[in-house]
Amino acid sequence: MRKSLAVRIANFVIGWSAAIVFFFPIFWMALTAFKTEPAAIATPPKLLFSPTMINMRAVLDSADYLHFFQNSLIISCAATLLAIILGTPAAYAMAFFPGGRTKDVLVWMLSTKMMPAVGVLVPIYLIFRDAGLLDTHVGLIAIYTLMNLPIVVWLIYTFFKDIPKDLIEAARMDGARPLSQFFFLLLPLTAPGFASTGLLSVIFIWNEAFWSINLTVTNATPLTAFIASFSSPQGLFWAKLSAASLLAIAPIMLLGWLTQKQLVRGLTFGAVK
Amino acid sequence: MVSLKLRDLRKSFGGFEVVKGVSFEVSEGEFVVFVGPSGCGKSTLLRMIAGLEEITAGELLLDGARVNDVAPDRRGLAMVFQSYALYPHMTVEQNMGFALRLAGVGKSERRRKVEQAARILQIENLLNRKPANLSGGQRQRVAIGRAIVRNPKVFLFDEPLSNLDAALRVQMRMELAALHRELKGTMIYVTHDQVEAMTMADRIVVLREGLVEQIGSPLSLYNEPVNLFVAGFIGSPKMNFLPAGLLSRDGGRVELSLSPDVRLTIDDVAETGSAQALTLGVRPDMIHVADHGPLRGQVLLVERLGNETLIHVDAGIGSEPVTVSHQGQYAVSAGEAVGLSIDTRRIHLFSPSGRRVARGLQPTQV
Repeated sequence: MRKSLAVRIANFVIGWSAAIVFFFPIFWMALTAFKTEPAAIATPPKLLFSPTMINMRAVLDSADYLHFFQNSLIISCAATLLAIILGTPAAYAMAFFPGGRTKDVLVWMLSTKMMPAVGVLVPIYLIFRDAGLLDTHVGLIAIYTLMNLPIVVWLIYTFFKDIPKDLIEAARMDGARPLSQFFFLLLPLTAPGFASTGLLSVIFIWNEAFWSINLTVTNATPLTAFIASFSSPQGLFWAKLSAASLLAIAPIMLLGWLTQKQLVRGLTFGAVK
Repeated sequence: MVSLKLRDLRKSFGGFEVVKGVSFEVSEGEFVVFVGPSGCGKSTLLRMIAGLEEITAGELLLDGARVNDVAPDRRGLAMVFQSYALYPHMTVEQNMGFALRLAGVGKSERRRKVEQAARILQIENLLNRKPANLSGGQRQRVAIGRAIVRNPKVFLFDEPLSNLDAALRVQMRMELAALHRELKGTMIYVTHDQVEAMTMADRIVVLREGLVEQIGSPLSLYNEPVNLFVAGFIGSPKMNFLPAGLLSRDGGRVELSLSPDVRLTIDDVAETGSAQALTLGVRPDMIHVADHGPLRGQVLLVERLGNETLIHVDAGIGSEPVTVSHQGQYAVSAGEAVGLSIDTRRIHLFSPSGRRVARGLQPTQV
């Protein structure tokens, strides 16, 4: 299908405008990270400046970046894996053996995402305190697993829905029990789906700040808490904060960049075919 | 020896009964076809036999053992799906050998069995292909091959030919019949196409709204349908149904009127009750165009099939036009007035409830 020139120009303008609007804050943060503190708050803002590594060095000196990075990595990967392990059987049952209320259950699961997290902060905090889960990996992994479970179930459900029911029935006739069905049929057929589900889940957890800041102190703190630690006591140091933020998001940006094909596929699944 | 026995099988989906008590037996080596309009429960019944649908009530016996609660693969049945349901990421060989692989059969043994089945179906050259690279007919063969490899007690076919084009369907029909002769396996086949049922079945089970209407050999259903439904469903083109008024009855002999000046006398009529309004069933090839025939009407439409000519005539009897099947090619055109005569040797008479109460003389076998 050949589009007319006007349509193509319009697409170009709208697409690039949207991209610039979304990307600008990150771009500005990246610039600020390499400015001196006075240059960072100068008005009018400076586009041209001589870059400095002073903030990077300061940030890396003042806190153990690797410690936070390691925590983020452990927590996001473990919680993602757990959410997939727990969510897959649910998605399997709902996709291939739907009951009268399957749709309601799915919507209810998603509706839990609509509730503001702060609403359950106090009970969760008390439970975590009494169970000794505050500032532990296990605690954060548990909360993130539960946080992502609805989305993981939804995504895997839509991928499974795409597999003809006949295939599962043929496999049942051939003697494949659910585990064999999963490893011989569903996993090979929906591997890209699982990849994008996992990636999305990791990204969501990597970016999550509310629970990580409220439930950790030092031991299990991920990178979001690392950024936050640069904002509070001494007042705002924009350049240092930007440097810390850049360091925190760099790994996940890189991951997203490398896997953008799978990510887009995961996010648009069902919408575009 | 009885291979499969259904005893008052029932299936409900959330309070709605789809199969309402079906009982019959399938003997070993028999080719049984379930036929009926869509929604009659034939596929559900097949899936209940397969184990893909739970049985709400009744008993399913396989070689004498109750298998209601036995898992599909443990029943020793194989199913060919309408969509073929081939595993898209596996080669033909892996597709066909999947059940054996799950059962822990060794690689060389698996290969031998797959090759044996492939030879029967003439798909040996396709073993390394993926389903996406096969034509519809080839996929169909692979799906059948997958069933053969398992050496099942009963083959189950769920409308396997409905996705093929007409020519291929005729060819596969013959091949399936040949396969049945060669394998001597018990086969149950579901279709809504009465031609498939007539051409392949040893016995046909006609279903309607979850109930068995009639069970019998193809020709017995054609010659002796028990009711209006079976009479109308089996045979193509469809049997003509003409409203017939009862004029007089003398023992088993009744006199009927089709129109004020067309009367018929039929012997051996069973009890018709007190009803005056009966239905006369006449197959299209038992009505002939005859200049001085008792019925007269205007030709509405002529369908020329080459080997036969179908003439639809508005004879002023009933609401439907009368269909006449004329052997060969017949020179007649729409709008012409024609006379029709009915061959009373092969007619059927139905009571108001739809039950057949009489038929004409037996057709002579040639």
